[in-house]
Amino acid sequence: MDFSFTEEQSMLRDTVASYLADHYSFEQRRDALKAEPGWRPNVWKAFAEELGILGAPFAEELGGLGGGSTENMVIMEELGKSLVVEPYLGTVVIGGGFLKHSGYAGAADLIGGIIGGETIIAFAYAEPQARYTWQDLKTTAKKDGGGYVINGQKAVVIGAPYATHLIVTARTGGGQRDAQGVSVFIVPKNAKGVTTRDYPTVDGFRASEVTFENVSVGADALIGAEGAGLPLVEKVIDEAIVATSAEACGVFRKLHEGTLEYTKQRKQFGQPISQFQVLQHRMVDMFINLEQSISMTYMANIKLADSDVERAKGASAAKVQIGKAAKFIGQNAIQLHGGMGMTDEMAIGHYFKRATMIESAFGSTDHHLGRYENLSLGAAA
Amino acid sequence: MNLDFSPEDAAFREEARSFIAQNYPKELREKQDRGEELSKEDYLSWHRILAKKGWATPSWPIEFGGTGWTPTQKYIWSEEQARADTLGILPFGVSMLAPVIYTFGTQEQKEQFLPGIRDGLVWWCQGYSEPGAGSDLASLKTKAERVTGDDGKEYYIVNGQKTWTTLGQHADWGFFLVRTDPDAKPQSGISFLLIDMKTPGIEVRRITTLEGGHEVNDVFLDNVKVPVENRVFHENQGWTCAKALLAHERTGIAGVARSKRGLEKVREIASTELSDAGGKLLADPFFKRKVAELEIDLTALEFTELRTLAGESSGKGPGPESSILKIKGTEIQQRLTELVLEAVGHYGAPYLRDLGHNANIGPDYADGVAGNYFNMRKTSIYGGSNEIQRNIIAKMVLGL
Repeated sequence: MDFSFTEEQSMLRDTVASYLADHYSFEQRRDALKAEPGWRPNVWKAFAEELGILGAPFAEELGGLGGGSTENMVIMEELGKSLVVEPYLGTVVIGGGFLKHSGYAGAADLIGGIIGGETIIAFAYAEPQARYTWQDLKTTAKKDGGGYVINGQKAVVIGAPYATHLIVTARTGGGQRDAQGVSVFIVPKNAKGVTTRDYPTVDGFRASEVTFENVSVGADALIGAEGAGLPLVEKVIDEAIVATSAEACGVFRKLHEGTLEYTKQRKQFGQPISQFQVLQHRMVDMFINLEQSISMTYMANIKLADSDVERAKGASAAKVQIGKAAKFIGQNAIQLHGGMGMTDEMAIGHYFKRATMIESAFGSTDHHLGRYENLSLGAAA
Repeated sequence: MNLDFSPEDAAFREEARSFIAQNYPKELREKQDRGEELSKEDYLSWHRILAKKGWATPSWPIEFGGTGWTPTQKYIWSEEQARADTLGILPFGVSMLAPVIYTFGTQEQKEQFLPGIRDGLVWWCQGYSEPGAGSDLASLKTKAERVTGDDGKEYYIVNGQKTWTTLGQHADWGFFLVRTDPDAKPQSGISFLLIDMKTPGIEVRRITTLEGGHEVNDVFLDNVKVPVENRVFHENQGWTCAKALLAHERTGIAGVARSKRGLEKVREIASTELSDAGGKLLADPFFKRKVAELEIDLTALEFTELRTLAGESSGKGPGPESSILKIKGTEIQQRLTELVLEAVGHYGAPYLRDLGHNANIGPDYADGVAGNYFNMRKTSIYGGSNEIQRNIIAKMVLGL
């Protein structure tokens, strides 16, 4: 049993933290989000070239650093602390995950592109009717000669405006909600028939509604086996949940620290409001929520290497903790800042907005409680 | 970062499991199963068997009888004990007093007291709380005045009242916080005394708790004469010992392995009991959700404890973070008793304590569950209430 980080992992953390301290202040971020294109390609370039972190979870023979999910976790926590919008999650964690786990023939080239910063991936999985049921797909991919023709609409594809490629789930067989018949494709975003409606999200990202209209792709666009893509999707989403949980821990730390600092400075009734016991206990409960979230993120990270059921239970259990903590820490951070917490000018509200979106990312608290129940208690019941 | 057990760890688990299977006293197992009240000898029997094996005090330094186990081995040991439903080792001597003695005591005190604790020969009780000093422990009033006896030796004459003394009815010795300087600030005038409970002037009086049990007591001290050499650490610096003791008291309090076992029992009961809809209670959407949430919270506690243990193994002692374990651990223990009471439905009501174990009313697993629910309310009150734990975190961790 070992809960420590290696020296390389600690150095990786320091590298990311010190770059972000210099280049990703609250003001720098705010100005970039207001302007077009809404993210900073030069920061991404620095991630690739200066920091080399886009290769963190990839094998050395592919040009990566030879790490894995723990490296993703370390990086995502730091990105969370600075509310980074650049698409590490979509590109490296999710895109990289699909390429690593599927035996995809073109993986080496695409991973090379990811590491170099040229290939940027967004994951088009959600559909307007499907809520958090990944196999509920109206998007279809029909066999056509040697390739496929994709039709359908994908909802809130985070990072699509910056992406060069989309990873798309589509039905190649079965009924709309069947587990069988789900396939995964990788499609260049500039493919003929792909149209996007781009917009900002409440937490500072950019996203798109993506429409596929008779988009022709070759057989080489298929990732994994045709019709048997659901287990792969679940595995990659569980990895994304762990990475997002780590990001959430970074966000929670800042919410908690910011609240501590603010209550020590803010005076009412002739004393810092941090002296009031009712506020102290609230901040202790925020702290406990943070610590429990860190513990659950480590747990789920370790379980990623376990069996499918244990991995899924771990990810869902972590997401339940993260979801509850996001609400508790976020709402109380605003409450304890009083009126100042309501303003756009203070960073605290921006962390709250990200925490709130994380709460439902890849499935809400209720969704994951239900999933956990079925995995843990389903058989007994 | 991994949860892998080495081949040595796996071998250790096997050894621990078979040791328990071969050596756990049969009569004790039967009494436990029947829910009978345990005698002093019952409480100590398993402790003494472990002491012979050298396993009664795993967390102590090796020179005094510790096992030198890794945190992983300690984790395995606590899991195996819970798995076999063994009786816990009483904490008063082993995990509360002993760390104070081996940290702050004199050589003579270590030699005199540690072997008796380790071998389960001497039963210790705790004299901390007073009627007027609960959460505000430092306001305690029990007074110890220094006098020279007729024999020319130095003594303390102790007068006052202690309360909530757990299992004090069996105690051979007690460790007491007493005021030796009434004029100093509250924390500065306290000393830590070891008192033989057979000393004239001590009276232990039963307090019956709401579920009907006899677990706690009042202890009255009337001109109790205590040799000065029974004081641990310096006069008026007993608060240092008290604080160290409370931090040790809190670490074991998470009770993760026992709660895991408790959760299994909830699932067993809820697989037998029926829901309103006629299926298993465990299939009832509302009950099922509560079980799942408890299981997830227990996982969070388990990994927080593992992180704490990993920190300890790198040389950090139990710090104020152990307050988190106390708060979350006791909340989970209480929620478990709530779920069991809820699960047994009508049969939570019968009070069978005085009818004995052959009452044959309702299912066996329902016997005493309400009593257990009532009794476990103590956990968020004792060892420094959960509100006091929040004060400790606020001050020591958050710097407020």
